[in-house]
Amino acid sequence: MTTVTVDKAAPTRKVKYGSMSRDRAWALRWSYFFLVIFAIFSLTPPIYMLITSLKSSAEISAATNPWWVFHPTLENYVGLLTSNQFLRFFWNSAIVSIFVVTITMLISVPAAFALARMRFWGSATLATGVFLTYLIPETLLFIPLFKMFAVIGDWTGIQLINRWYVLLILYPTLTVPFCTWIMIGYFASIPKELDEAAVIDGASWLQTLTRIFIPVAFPGIIAATIFAFTVSWAQFLYPLVFTTSTDQLVMPVGIITSLIKGDVFNWGQIMTGALLGAAPPLIIYAFLMDYYIAGLTAGATKG
Amino acid sequence: MADVTLRKVVKRYDEVEAVRGIDLDIADHEFVVLVGPSGCGKSTTLRMIAGLEDISDGDIMIGGDIVNDVPPKDRDIAMVFQNYALYPHMTVAENMSFGLRLKRYPKAEIKSRIDEAARMLDIVELVDRKPKQLSGGQRQRVAMGRAIVRNPKVFLFDEPLSNLDAKLRVQMRIEIKKVHQKVRTTTVYVTHDQVEAMTLADRVVVMNHGRIEQIGTPNELYHKPATKFVASFIGSPAMNFVPCRLEDLAGKLHVRLTDRIAFPLPPARAARYQGIPRTDKLLLGLRPEHITEARPHLAPGVEAFDTVLDVTEPMGMETLIYFTLEGSQVCGRVNPNAGAEDGAPLRLAVDLNNMHLLNEVTGVVL
Repeated sequence: MTTVTVDKAAPTRKVKYGSMSRDRAWALRWSYFFLVIFAIFSLTPPIYMLITSLKSSAEISAATNPWWVFHPTLENYVGLLTSNQFLRFFWNSAIVSIFVVTITMLISVPAAFALARMRFWGSATLATGVFLTYLIPETLLFIPLFKMFAVIGDWTGIQLINRWYVLLILYPTLTVPFCTWIMIGYFASIPKELDEAAVIDGASWLQTLTRIFIPVAFPGIIAATIFAFTVSWAQFLYPLVFTTSTDQLVMPVGIITSLIKGDVFNWGQIMTGALLGAAPPLIIYAFLMDYYIAGLTAGATKG
Repeated sequence: MADVTLRKVVKRYDEVEAVRGIDLDIADHEFVVLVGPSGCGKSTTLRMIAGLEDISDGDIMIGGDIVNDVPPKDRDIAMVFQNYALYPHMTVAENMSFGLRLKRYPKAEIKSRIDEAARMLDIVELVDRKPKQLSGGQRQRVAMGRAIVRNPKVFLFDEPLSNLDAKLRVQMRIEIKKVHQKVRTTTVYVTHDQVEAMTLADRVVVMNHGRIEQIGTPNELYHKPATKFVASFIGSPAMNFVPCRLEDLAGKLHVRLTDRIAFPLPPARAARYQGIPRTDKLLLGLRPEHITEARPHLAPGVEAFDTVLDVTEPMGMETLIYFTLEGSQVCGRVNPNAGAEDGAPLRLAVDLNNMHLLNEVTGVVL
């Protein structure tokens, strides 16, 4: 009798267990469904760019299947990489980005440390203020900024407009607030006892920052660095407004101004240039992805 | 090595006084434990000695010098934190040597100090590991090692064993005591655990509501508590308090607990309590070990009475018994063979030679 009861009980339990795992299976199926849609959505443009970059101008304008390359050619790549102008844009972008990242980190890491750890009058308000500045879009700022630089030029004779280094002043207005905010969150997650221990061990504020906080918060610093680099590499509006001569342009603006002549779009080279321009951030992400995720999440949970 | 002196030290947070004027003299080489419930100001006091908190009023002296405005790094102290506070990116050796490296000690000196401390704490094979590869007890040892290598004037411990499990806590307690016997550095130790306080301290400072209730050796606090707070805080199970008053019966001073129960006081106690008005509301304080099963022959000063037990807790070497007296729950300790059972009647004896009499209103031990 007992065995019969057990046999009868077994299927009911099995069904219940099965239904739970079926829920899970469906959840997985749905998540894969949306992930695939998302992947298609975000990968289509770069794939289209890659396809187009391998075509000659004749093939691009010919009425063939735009999703296939019938006569692959590297002429666009050769054309751009041997063009001094394009290499100039690339060089300008690189210089500006490297300087901006350096400036940003030199400002935002100590700023975040001060705002997170040194309790001084108004420090909390200041921290919120830093974040609020990030919320003001550059579309709102570029006209007053332009006017400011023009006035400065009139008064002092220091000409900043149409010089690549004006970007070194402009970009940090975008990168510094956000990076400071990330670093505040990250530093705040470091236990208070750690800097107290350092203080008792005889460390000054600067030594506490350089020898304890920066090493411990290294993933956060990587995340902030990547962010600053991405922002300055991809920034479009400010260089479009503030730089005009071809030798002063950075890549995003350089591509559209030099490769679009009136209503003639040199699509092959535009796509190639955009693809080459996307390469450095891609490479950096690929190498530092783990740090980036660790940095963002660590800052997020405690921020 | 140095003595530590606190003179009328006050800590105010806005309007709240966390520490309300503390006077404390800690002698050179002494191991002093600050103990009390959470929020009593013990940690704040320690942090003021460390220099991590400013003092609102009064003076703190280390080795005879007033250090009120001296930053922590110049006070020559070392502190061990509850959560260890090891630098996660440094190895054990680097953690221990951080302070020395900041002060630019010669490499050979640093190495010999680390070796010595590591040997003392039995962590020689761990010196190249990172903190996350260590267990809780090992981390605590490293934190102590970091304090020892500095060879400071004063060690400060802020609840260092609270994060460890019970078994490890007992082991580390002994470890800390051994270390102190070897290095003899003046030590201030904060804990909320009265057992830790009793076992470690040369002198215990019991704090409550930002004030010192009593300072004394562990035995003094246990046998001669000054207030009800100290009497109930020190000792486990805690001291029993039963409402009572004094009464003269047949020319002898008695302590009356209930209509039924009144015990004659032993002569020494009678003389001491003679002057107390008979109408005062009092509390009889008795430790559980002074309430035992009654033997056929009662020693002088020991009185017997009958009661019915509520609950018994066999502990092996003894049985804890709980019964109700005048509405108060009372705990006693009897021999496991005394026949104590839940709900059973039992004849008990109280040792009035070890009684305490407290003023119910002021809580002062008379």
